[in-house]
Amino acid sequence: MKLDIDIEKRLGGFSLRMKTELSGERIGIFGASGSGKSTLVHTIAGLMAPDAGELHLDGTCLFSSRDRINLSPEQRRIAIVFQQAMLFPHLGVKANLLFGYRRCRPEHRKIRPEALIEVLNLQHLLQRGTSKLSGGEKQRVALGRAVLANPRLLVMDEPLSALDDTLRYQIIPYLRSVSEEFRIPYLFISHSVSEMQLMADQVLVVANGSLAEVSTPDELARNSMAKSPRGYLNLMRLKDPEFRDGLYHYPWGDGRLIVSDGRENCESLFELSSRDIILFKKHPEAISARNLIECRVAEMFDSDGRKGVVLESGDGRLVAEIVRSASDELEVSPGATMFAAVKASAFRRLG
Amino acid sequence: MNLSPQDITAIGLSMKIAISATLLALPFGFATAWFMVFRSFRGKVLLEVLVNLPLTLPPVVIGYLLLLFLGRNGWGGAFLKAAGIELIFTWKAAVIASATVGFPLLVRSIRLGMESIDRQLLQASRSLGATWYDTLATVVLPLSLRGMLAGSSLMFARSLGEFGATIIVAGNIPGLTQTIPLAIYDYASSPTGTSMALSLCAVSVILSVGILLLHEVIGKNLENRRSA
Repeated sequence: MKLDIDIEKRLGGFSLRMKTELSGERIGIFGASGSGKSTLVHTIAGLMAPDAGELHLDGTCLFSSRDRINLSPEQRRIAIVFQQAMLFPHLGVKANLLFGYRRCRPEHRKIRPEALIEVLNLQHLLQRGTSKLSGGEKQRVALGRAVLANPRLLVMDEPLSALDDTLRYQIIPYLRSVSEEFRIPYLFISHSVSEMQLMADQVLVVANGSLAEVSTPDELARNSMAKSPRGYLNLMRLKDPEFRDGLYHYPWGDGRLIVSDGRENCESLFELSSRDIILFKKHPEAISARNLIECRVAEMFDSDGRKGVVLESGDGRLVAEIVRSASDELEVSPGATMFAAVKASAFRRLG
Repeated sequence: MNLSPQDITAIGLSMKIAISATLLALPFGFATAWFMVFRSFRGKVLLEVLVNLPLTLPPVVIGYLLLLFLGRNGWGGAFLKAAGIELIFTWKAAVIASATVGFPLLVRSIRLGMESIDRQLLQASRSLGATWYDTLATVVLPLSLRGMLAGSSLMFARSLGEFGATIIVAGNIPGLTQTIPLAIYDYASSPTGTSMALSLCAVSVILSVGILLLHEVIGKNLENRRSA
């Protein structure tokens, strides 16, 4: 997917000015609320006309103030998943799902409803009314409805922010599997760094109505490490644990990670804050933390006076955070061997 | 209850006129409400005033203006004459009078219903490939049904009570244009008509209470369905 943006839009005291070329399949748009993310995607989808400029998607002109082109939303084939599911209350789940599909030209119908219903696990909901669904189910139906419209581009405008944490991480695997299975390029809008890490390959950072930078999710997480209350969040998918002495032992890197809140027989996503990792220069004799991992320092980075230490063990990577004085005392440098101590309870299972 | 055959005719005629007026006004009411809620244009305030004018103007004034417009020398009258339609002093004129007087009530109710529709639902519909008229028919219309039903019942009730505009454009011809209020007016001006007038008053009360009850029941049902 290739998206050329060069637009201006004024809304009261706020103004959006953006010029960039995007190419990729999984693009994140990151910014605080009020930064202009939503205005940007509304103009891309045709729900709001820019004051001036041009918009091109894969060579098709969506908007051009010079050539007086402004394709209507239905001509653009850009489907949106909103923060709230926005299911049509007068229609049942099935009619909601097929709303866009029925209006899609036959030659564009590449995704079959049956396949999508299976991927999103919606079979048992089809005959229900929309008011009988939970928040997560509603959002899954909304996602299915958007995908079944067989759009050229899917816009997800903070689709997870109305859900609580548990639901959020239950939906993410669906979002990912839908995009992988049906290969629809998407724009994922969010103000959460970890959602960017999970959903995007490339991130557009928007601030005060303009493009602040184009970066990667990892870069974004590193930059926001010092400011974020929970530091850099290491996200790990772990599976096949062994259950021993009330703890789950997951294979990871050259060794294993011991986790208190694991789950057998499935892959789980865990979050570990960079601030929950303690580094030792030498192997301590005995500690209460259940994980003592021997790692190699792969890289170090600065983030607002804090030091990020990228640790490697086999193919596993972890980012630990230390203050500068600790870095001097420990004499941390790339290539050095360190021991990382992590409590089994520091791993937070997300889904 | 003391009802003469002429009274029965008046009751039937009242119902016929009220139903016709409501059905006639519905599409216009829906379009006006949609225009006022979902479109932004210059002179919106002016349209608002115009639509609500019949609510505050004396019905007699509306009747007189309609008479001027639809009468032989009016623009509308000339057009109707060319089309071979006789309107003034027929029951059809009473329909026009009732539709005009009840129109603001209808528009108000439909607007209230439409204003409660989340704009994002319409955006979702458009981004899923529906054109604006498709969205109007498949999203706005079904979600406005409650407002339309509520407005229709109010308008129907208002039409049953229409007097001032009707007597001017349709006259008070027993069997042809005499509705319940006009018949009561006749009885009230005759010294022996008290019991006959009271009977028609009772019919009016029964009809009004019935319609208002129906209005409440429909409203409750739709509310329950939506929150279920």
